[in-house]
Amino acid sequence: MEIDLSRPILARNEALADKNRARLATSGVFALDVLASPGAGKTTTILATIGLLREKLRIAVIEGDIASKVDAEKVKAHGIPAVQINTGGACHLEADMISRALDALPLDDLDLVIVENVGNLVCPTEFDLGQGARIVILSVPEGDDKPLKYPGIFAQADAVLLNKVDAASFFDFDETAFVDSVRRLNGAAPIFRMSAKTGEGVGEWAAWLEARVAESHVAH
Amino acid sequence: MHEMGITQEVLTSVLEASQRAGATRINRVRLTVGGLTDVVPDSLQFAWECLTPGTPAEGAVLEIRETAGRSVCLECGTEFDHDKFDRRCPVPECGSFMSSVIQGNELRVDDVDVDLPETDASTDAT
Repeated sequence: MEIDLSRPILARNEALADKNRARLATSGVFALDVLASPGAGKTTTILATIGLLREKLRIAVIEGDIASKVDAEKVKAHGIPAVQINTGGACHLEADMISRALDALPLDDLDLVIVENVGNLVCPTEFDLGQGARIVILSVPEGDDKPLKYPGIFAQADAVLLNKVDAASFFDFDETAFVDSVRRLNGAAPIFRMSAKTGEGVGEWAAWLEARVAESHVAH
Repeated sequence: MHEMGITQEVLTSVLEASQRAGATRINRVRLTVGGLTDVVPDSLQFAWECLTPGTPAEGAVLEIRETAGRSVCLECGTEFDHDKFDRRCPVPECGSFMSSVIQGNELRVDDVDVDLPETDASTDAT
């Protein structure tokens, strides 16, 4: 006998992600999922972004790592609430992990939760967390060909950040080729050139994020 | 290797459905995996062979149907097939980068073929 299921494989994760989304909306919190390779500058970018927005928005961070509390401690050192998730080997965050992390945050006193996903350009792609927007950060030393190697993540990003542009003179990074390959995957996402270290371009990116948070408040 | 977790989700769905149906054996499971996803069918097969022994799905065939990427141009309305790497509208006069995927992002359990217990014909024919 054939049993018809016609069910998304990740139905359980998707249902939990929808719950997270509803819960965040009820508390008026916007969630940003940050994806990148290890070493692209996720934590530094998050801290630079917080530096520009902390007077305007109440922010907390959820740090996803395979092991260690290093990133959450860096964020806490700046006086920002942070929750560390250790996936214990898993290569991406899933919605149930976010749900437990949200339990540990004072949601009613927040406007923005930044989720730093596990450093990986493949595995997080298929797992909805309930976020309002998803960004991918690529750093100049990684090379301009990454959209051709990891198309899935660039195709679904709401914005693309090109980090470490201050180091561009040391690398053969073809920015025209990079922008073209992102465009062929994703015509809608803005591309922000920036350096989290020097602060160059962080303002434009932070303004985009601030506008997204404001839009979500209007929508709810 | 997120395919292991994805295959675990498939197995959980399949075991639940076959248990609800009172199945004695699971023969075949069919999935659709979109060509635009970051999921590798060979890795799903490997994970299936690792996860099913000792479960009622042991020995069941995993059939994976792959779909090609297909999008619609948001400016000129043309539907076109494309690979993972280029979703630009192929119409020369258009060439827009703004397109929307209509096929290729699927990750779906389609159906499960199972054996049911032999039923007694006399009680069946009521």
